[in-house]
Amino acid sequence: MTPFDIQGLKGRRVKDRIFTSMVWLLTFSCLAVVFIILFYLFKMGIGSLNWALFTQGPKPVGEAGGGILNAIVGSLMVVVVAAIIAIPIGVSVGIYLAENRGRKLSDYVAIAIDVLQGIPSIVIGIVIYIWIVKPTGKFSALSGSIALAIMMLPPIIKNTEETLILIPTTLKEAALALGASYFRTTLKILLPAGIGGIFSGCIIGIARIAGEVAPLLFTAFGNPALNFNVLKPVDTIPKVIFAYASSPYDDWHRIAWGGSLILVLFIILLNTIIKIFESRWKVQF
Amino acid sequence: MEGTILRTENLRISFGDNNVVKGINMEIAEKQVTAFMGPSGCGKTTILRAINRLHELTPEAKVEGKIFLHSENINEMEAMSVRRRVGMVFQRPNPFPTMSIFENVISGFILNGIKLKTDEKNEIVEDALKKVALWEEVKDHLKNRSTSLSGGQQQRLCLARAVAMKPEVILLDEPTSALDPLSTAKIEDLLYELKGNYTLVIVTHNMQQAARISDKTAFFYLGELLEYDDTKKVFTNPKNEKTQNYITGRFG
Repeated sequence: MTPFDIQGLKGRRVKDRIFTSMVWLLTFSCLAVVFIILFYLFKMGIGSLNWALFTQGPKPVGEAGGGILNAIVGSLMVVVVAAIIAIPIGVSVGIYLAENRGRKLSDYVAIAIDVLQGIPSIVIGIVIYIWIVKPTGKFSALSGSIALAIMMLPPIIKNTEETLILIPTTLKEAALALGASYFRTTLKILLPAGIGGIFSGCIIGIARIAGEVAPLLFTAFGNPALNFNVLKPVDTIPKVIFAYASSPYDDWHRIAWGGSLILVLFIILLNTIIKIFESRWKVQF
Repeated sequence: MEGTILRTENLRISFGDNNVVKGINMEIAEKQVTAFMGPSGCGKTTILRAINRLHELTPEAKVEGKIFLHSENINEMEAMSVRRRVGMVFQRPNPFPTMSIFENVISGFILNGIKLKTDEKNEIVEDALKKVALWEEVKDHLKNRSTSLSGGQQQRLCLARAVAMKPEVILLDEPTSALDPLSTAKIEDLLYELKGNYTLVIVTHNMQQAARISDKTAFFYLGELLEYDDTKKVFTNPKNEKTQNYITGRFG
């Protein structure tokens, strides 16, 4: 026997068991939800995945078949243009925040980004409607991209900032000590060293907006025809899912499931890309 | 005795309310090794960084007084041209991790937007790596990432990176403090070789190092220059009691 009071040791052990199993249980249920959703989605959607879904536009109401080519093209277009707009701005703001920590303006910018992250997407859609759609008098893929670009900014900015902060100051000093300008130091040393994190921020941003429908309702609007012009309205996959799923036609429900599956597969693909490149582009300091 | 390359005039440096360097007047001779010694917090690194104008990166740092490179006041020059003429090697090896060994050596040119022909690049890289005695070790894998090298090799690469720009002065901030004894000995040998061709200013905590490689030694204490003379004199016959105590290991 030890001289210490070991009464209650059993009770502590029980508590420990309970706590450990709770953690396991909750982690497992979280995983289970994801798998149940994925399973259901595959079950319902896999039957709709056919050649026509990817190669045809929608058929008129009442006619069976058809696909969502117009929405796939529209979604890609809206997302790519949004990324082209958001990435340079987001990365620049991220650089600014990382380089000017502790300044008043950076604090304000950081708060602004937190607020931006919390603004409901429908509100962003309405704002862009008022700023761009109304003055120009037409719905367009571009206005949708601008709305999505605004939504993409917070993750890009935060990832850029957090990645750059982790880069040792000595690296920046080494570049400056060689007589490099601030611009070249950033471009040739800091950004390459942080490329993994910045890239994953961009992908997280894309993944975040790929499924958005609310900001597109008043901007990209919708278009049953195939369109490659950013100045004209386009259909997007989330919008088609929304419209078809709330319709009374079974065939449209089927297509909505197919669209959902495509969207989720796209998100899984993006996440896989992040994982691959994060480890491949990991920079040792 | 050769000419003076660096001269400070009442150099005072403070961080906020903390006066770290309190009015230093000193001259640094060309093509010699000058060692900065003194206990932690005496301001030696702070002075070194002022010569390369690196304090500009710290908003609360304030540098007063003058530093002359030859006859030019460096605080009136472009920071970029000061830094191009004054190279620096840091405490911890900091090669650019995204660049190869080859690119690291010519990184000064890359970062300054100086275009070089392929054979010029090869020549500069080989020459600089030979000067730092790294050529034989890395010549077959110049395309490898710089971070694949050992700490000592990385530090020599950083020295090569500075040497490649042909600076007038090379500042070394405790360049061996993060290295093992063997790598340290190698760097010291190198510095010994480089002396005569380059002006080196080295901050060191290691007294043997100062005694071995430097021509002149400056002893700082609490932001003041207590003693500055030929290294032999400082080590054998210090004028100041504090210097003597420090050298004999009574404090520090």
